[in-house]
Amino acid sequence: MDEIVSLIGGFKVALSWYNLALMIVGILLGVIIGVLPGLGGANGVAILLPLTFAMPPTSAIIMLSCIYWGALFGGAITSILFNIPGEPWSVATTFDGHPMAQQGRADEALTAAFTSSFVGALVAVVVITFLAPLVAKFALQFGPAEFFSVFFLTFASFVGMGKGSPFKVLASMCLGFALGAVGLDKVTGTLRMTFGHEELLIGFDFLIAVIGLFGIGEILSSMESGLKFSGSHATIRLNVVLQTWKHLLKLWVTSIRSCIVGCWMGITPGGATPASFMSYGLAKRFSKRGANFGKGEVEGVVAPETAAHAAGTSALLPMLTLGIPGSPTAAVLLGGLMIWGLQPGPMLFVEQKDFVWGLIASMYLGNIAGLIIVLTCVPLFAAILRVPFSIIAPIILVICAVGAYTVHNSMFDVWLMLAFGVVGYIFTKLDYPLPPLVLAIVLGDKAEESFRQAMLASQGNLSIFWSNWLVGSIMTLGTILLFWPLVTWLQDKRRSLNSRPVAASAGAAAVDKER
Amino acid sequence: MQKGEDTNDGRPLVTNRTMEIVVALVLLAGCTLVIYDSVRLGFGWREGEGPAPGYYPFWVAVILAVSSFINLVSAARSAGASETFVSLRPFGRVLAVLVPSLIYVALIGYIGIYVASAIFIFAFMIAVGRENPLKAIGVAAVVPVALFFMFEKWFLVPLPKGPLEAWLGY
Amino acid sequence: MMAFQKAAEPRWAGSICRLAAAGTLAASTLVLSTPQAVAQTWEPTKPIQFVIPAGTGGGADQMARFIQGVVAKNNLAKQPIITVNKAGGAGAEGFLEVKKSAGDPHSIIITLSNLFTTPLATGVPFNWKDMTPVAMLALDQFILWVPADAPYKTAKEYIEAVKAAPDKSYKMGGTGSKQEDQIITVALEKLTAPKKFTYIPFAGGGAVAVQLVGKHVNSTVNNPIEAVSQWKAGALNPLCLFDSKRSVYTLKVTATMAWSDIPTCKEVGVNTEYQMLRGIFMSPGVKPEHIAYYVDLFKKVMATDDWKSFMEQGAFNQTFMTGDEFRRWVENAERQHHDLMKEAGFLAAGK
Repeated sequence: MDEIVSLIGGFKVALSWYNLALMIVGILLGVIIGVLPGLGGANGVAILLPLTFAMPPTSAIIMLSCIYWGALFGGAITSILFNIPGEPWSVATTFDGHPMAQQGRADEALTAAFTSSFVGALVAVVVITFLAPLVAKFALQFGPAEFFSVFFLTFASFVGMGKGSPFKVLASMCLGFALGAVGLDKVTGTLRMTFGHEELLIGFDFLIAVIGLFGIGEILSSMESGLKFSGSHATIRLNVVLQTWKHLLKLWVTSIRSCIVGCWMGITPGGATPASFMSYGLAKRFSKRGANFGKGEVEGVVAPETAAHAAGTSALLPMLTLGIPGSPTAAVLLGGLMIWGLQPGPMLFVEQKDFVWGLIASMYLGNIAGLIIVLTCVPLFAAILRVPFSIIAPIILVICAVGAYTVHNSMFDVWLMLAFGVVGYIFTKLDYPLPPLVLAIVLGDKAEESFRQAMLASQGNLSIFWSNWLVGSIMTLGTILLFWPLVTWLQDKRRSLNSRPVAASAGAAAVDKER
Repeated sequence: MQKGEDTNDGRPLVTNRTMEIVVALVLLAGCTLVIYDSVRLGFGWREGEGPAPGYYPFWVAVILAVSSFINLVSAARSAGASETFVSLRPFGRVLAVLVPSLIYVALIGYIGIYVASAIFIFAFMIAVGRENPLKAIGVAAVVPVALFFMFEKWFLVPLPKGPLEAWLGY
Repeated sequence: MMAFQKAAEPRWAGSICRLAAAGTLAASTLVLSTPQAVAQTWEPTKPIQFVIPAGTGGGADQMARFIQGVVAKNNLAKQPIITVNKAGGAGAEGFLEVKKSAGDPHSIIITLSNLFTTPLATGVPFNWKDMTPVAMLALDQFILWVPADAPYKTAKEYIEAVKAAPDKSYKMGGTGSKQEDQIITVALEKLTAPKKFTYIPFAGGGAVAVQLVGKHVNSTVNNPIEAVSQWKAGALNPLCLFDSKRSVYTLKVTATMAWSDIPTCKEVGVNTEYQMLRGIFMSPGVKPEHIAYYVDLFKKVMATDDWKSFMEQGAFNQTFMTGDEFRRWVENAERQHHDLMKEAGFLAAGK
């Protein structure tokens, strides 16, 4: 039980009034960064970096990592209230979180999101504490084929999400893949589908697409329906936290599954984005109330949030032990490490024990502090929805424009965002589902890259995807999930011959064929 | 604004069926573009490079084309799907936010994002929201100023600025 | 490409004239090496944007973030430096942004070889002449790495192993496509002929090193800084250094070896040399005093102990150049890249 001794040592380092104050400052800053699209953790840290040189490294990293926590918590707020996810891993939170807000249950959704984030992160920290050396080795198993299998599994667990025609699901997803392929092809260094336009060289950024499709599209739809926004009638319930917690306890199966998915994806390191989508897809698949997903199910908020945060947290482990940052904010943390004379990598745990355990202890404390802070603010956040739509709509539009601009400092992106807004409005009305489109933009290029890397490595032999137990089992699992809707559909059909085919399962079958 | 939108939407402008056909045709046109470029890039196996750069977009576009074609046929054949996509009044309301947004984005390039935002918020609240002008002025002033301090001052993210900011020395 | 050279030429010539006209003060800033003796004629008035035309975690990213930290820590600049990764289109995103920000003295960019390789391989319209060269900070080395438990202990043995194996069965991991890592790989293939490597491109240097530790590839040509922690941990072995002479750093990195103990590739009969520019460029059309400010700033950075230990940690070749000397070096490097890439068949149509 060396770990426990080390951890207690870490707590001794981390627990001082000075460090606690830094934690609170860090979390508040992080929440602001997370709420406003366009403010990256990178900027926050850049400003604080000079301050941190006056502090001992442990205090500095505590404050910086608390910004990281704060930003993770903050991302859920805009997703739920305004349908604008600021980070790729908050996209899945909007699917049920925003409908809940529209029904006047924003406080419930926020509480569920924050609590789930906390649970996910906490479980991941426990995993880091006790399994660090074991787990670090596991990340090394991941080559191109393994990465592809993870993306495949994500897509597989997500097919059949739409309620409409399977061919619309397919069209939507392929449109996302095609948009994701625009720009420089990373494997051969060739420009694709830019047709000589410099703006297209960098491709379609996910954030622009999402702000447009979800944020702007949502405003257009609300306008069309005549400024109705039932959230504004919601009363502020003070005991909502306790009530929601009671409900959350009943969802323990989803929580555990999401934690497993999240930790596994964080360590491997597939990342928080596939984790959140996969967890949402699985929850929908296995929940008794799966058919209700997308209409405001608490479970649909719990699953992606838990997984995203379990993944985001456990991803810090490969970062520390292997030196690969998982996100821009993590990269800034890494930069910080180097200034303090700490070289991230396999030797960090050996050479800088105090620092590492101080950091791990601060993960526990930062998380708890963060949860308390954001939960107390739930009524405040929910109250934002009481602001009349005629005021909030232009403000949201302005914030969307700012967010879109900052992605690449380009006005072209702002125009693109408006175009995506119109697409989002039309697609929603015609039952073309948006989630597969966004998923495809976010993960499509990564999936393609790892597929082609794997193909290069195996010289075109597909058997590489079944070449060892790890990649083989993920691929098999993915294939089963892909066919699952077909199986249930056949079962249903056998049970009652006159039941109509479920659109979703036919969609999955169609996707199958094409793959 | 908020009254009677369900009972009196005005004349139906366009049916779902028409929109379905339009969307499917637009997607098919997009496919042609992607396939054209993929063929230029090559979509087979290439020695030393593995699958050629056009391989993945090519197959994606083929699947997209097939499903769009099916969507097109089913929309064209559906006689019953003559529900309205949008009627006159709801469409007017959509335009009421879309057109100002377009003007707003166009303005950013000339007068900077802060001034443009102030004008946009003010105009939207007055013209669309029918809010009290004083309130509108208040919101239109506070939001850009808050954004200015947040982005330019604290987090050091430069946003597009115009003559006013230049006059103020930024 | 010619058109851009022409467009950029008078601009530079203009700034040289202005430099002369600005008198002794600005000129002395460029010449004098003691930072304390220099009087400043220009100071940044807003935060300095430091563009990194590469992803997070790689060599350029690490160096830029390190500089940001050193400047902040020692209070070397009145305004903060903000680093931004603009990696899109193999760095073209970052270069195009600096190219567009003509006359803006608050925008600088760190370069790697994609300064030359990206326009040559993709045909994206930019050239180093679209920017203002400021200074060469150092030259980054390349080392042939293999997993520590691989059977080959020298570069020669490794080349023999590749030769003996079926064609393309050895996998070389590297950063990006048609960039420095792949250029070196193609150069190595002269020795392994007729056998070739299968080159697998990954997103960043850190990821490449990890792929090698996980044995998903057989070798890499990582920069020292990208692989040093894995070397220390005993996971990777350096076979040879792609330089004409050995590293000057004699402090032990692992229990038994220092950077200077790594043989050059020439010593072991592998005749390939390659070094990568770690330099600073800024917006086109800036005034001489702006260039002078940054030259001076980087001299101050290089005088710090932090910088010296960073150089040692990453086994950098410490060569500092500014002005015409730097310009000539870049011109020469561009020609070399053009030749190397032409030979490898990496040039975009019309280049």
